[in-house]
Amino acid sequence: MSKVIVAPVGEFPPGERKLVEADGKRIVVFNLDGEYFALLDRCPHQGGSLCAGAISGHVESSSPGEYHYSRRGEMVRCPWHYWEFDIRTGKSWFDPKRVQVRQFKAAVEPGAALVEGPYQAETFPVRVEDHYVVVEA
Amino acid sequence: MNVIQPIAAPGKPAAATLGLVDVDIHPRADSMAAFKPYLSARWWEYLNTYGIRARHGFTGGQPPFPKAQPLACRRDAWPPTGGTPASDLDFLRFQLLDNYGVDVGVLNPLQPSGQGDRNNGFSAAMAHAVNEWQLEAWLRKEPRLRGSVVVPYEDGAASAAEIRKRAGDPNFCQVLMMSRTGEPAGNPRYWPIYEAAAEAGLPVAFHAFGYSGWAMTNGGWPSFYTEEVSEHATSCQNQVTSLVVEGVFERIPKLKVVLIECGFGWLPAVGWRLDKHWKHLKAEVPHLKRAPSEYIRDHIWVSTQPMEEPERGQHLADIMEWIGWDRILFATDYPHWDFDDPRAAMPGFLSAERRAAIYGGNAKALYGF
Repeated sequence: MSKVIVAPVGEFPPGERKLVEADGKRIVVFNLDGEYFALLDRCPHQGGSLCAGAISGHVESSSPGEYHYSRRGEMVRCPWHYWEFDIRTGKSWFDPKRVQVRQFKAAVEPGAALVEGPYQAETFPVRVEDHYVVVEA
Repeated sequence: MNVIQPIAAPGKPAAATLGLVDVDIHPRADSMAAFKPYLSARWWEYLNTYGIRARHGFTGGQPPFPKAQPLACRRDAWPPTGGTPASDLDFLRFQLLDNYGVDVGVLNPLQPSGQGDRNNGFSAAMAHAVNEWQLEAWLRKEPRLRGSVVVPYEDGAASAAEIRKRAGDPNFCQVLMMSRTGEPAGNPRYWPIYEAAAEAGLPVAFHAFGYSGWAMTNGGWPSFYTEEVSEHATSCQNQVTSLVVEGVFERIPKLKVVLIECGFGWLPAVGWRLDKHWKHLKAEVPHLKRAPSEYIRDHIWVSTQPMEEPERGQHLADIMEWIGWDRILFATDYPHWDFDDPRAAMPGFLSAERRAAIYGGNAKALYGF
């Protein structure tokens, strides 16, 4: 297992996503209103990069002609075939039990805990007074 | 839980031992100005005044249904240098040809193609310009690409003239039509196209779509894009039925037809049904010397994307067997949103020999690559 520092919290605003590489995997990290979720950047269908996909809400229907739109910004659609996944769980919309994107643990940690390493943050310095989004792969 | 595969390194699928041929790539031009060098002053002015006009009302020349993704394209297919998907040769090389080790890629220009325009004269001029553009912008720059001769297919004679201009040019490998034409494709008005194509040794491909004025389902105008894409199968069924029953293959024995992006699960059933009725109704169509399914087996090829995906793989294998293992050609549909990844889309339950044939062997035999 390896831990990767994605970004300082102040540079990762809500609604945005960031792509990191950890342990040989491409992982896309989402910020949903201050909660962070990390998914493998590979659609389980044919391998499209979810980082390039559109973000949408969740549309449900109890019967033809009726719809309910909820959870704005919490679904990601594959940029290829439009398969939809729940950013919070990695589960697909159409077959949540069988088709899922692998999820990783994402959390916010204080810089003071991170400066000791052994974490990867090669592109920016880690400062003890900041907080950082961290992914475990 | 699905199995997570590692991100694959660039390269040809391991099973593509006979090469990888992609029979469905859609190049675009970023601006109509790309065609100006190949249009006369009269038609350039006409294009700027009236634009492209499909035979559908109220669409402004655009497809009447919005597609699932912008421009019906993969969201990661916009070139970093700007412009629209498949408008930049270098990015197409990077994302498709080099990434998957494509040996030969067949271009099928759709927008614009000049095909099916309401003004036959403009349709012919625009189709000619699109063919010249394919040569200059793509084919002469990239030896892995081949072009399709786009034709003003509602005008058989003008189409035949355009095909004869391209005959013998190895840059072009087929003639392109659409699956929804003004009349069923076997109608004698289209025969000059098939005669010229057969003379030139070029297969005729029917690609899904075509805005001919007819609704995209047999029952009329559907409500959803899901219906439009699914009904490509039926649009192609009536083309196959018409080509067979009108006796086109009896009249032009060298004609080869490729059905692109129309699925293929339906094809054996159409053959069986035609055979059944032909036994009773032979006197109505005495020009048919053989069972309809035999013409289909001898003259028709299909492309993979989008393949039917039955729950049981064996069902797909059965259908492929009924169509003929030598009749199935691999296609990605790049850069469209329903693109098939060559490394992921080929069913793993097919034998190595059959996968190799579908990836490249069958197309090489058909087109002579």
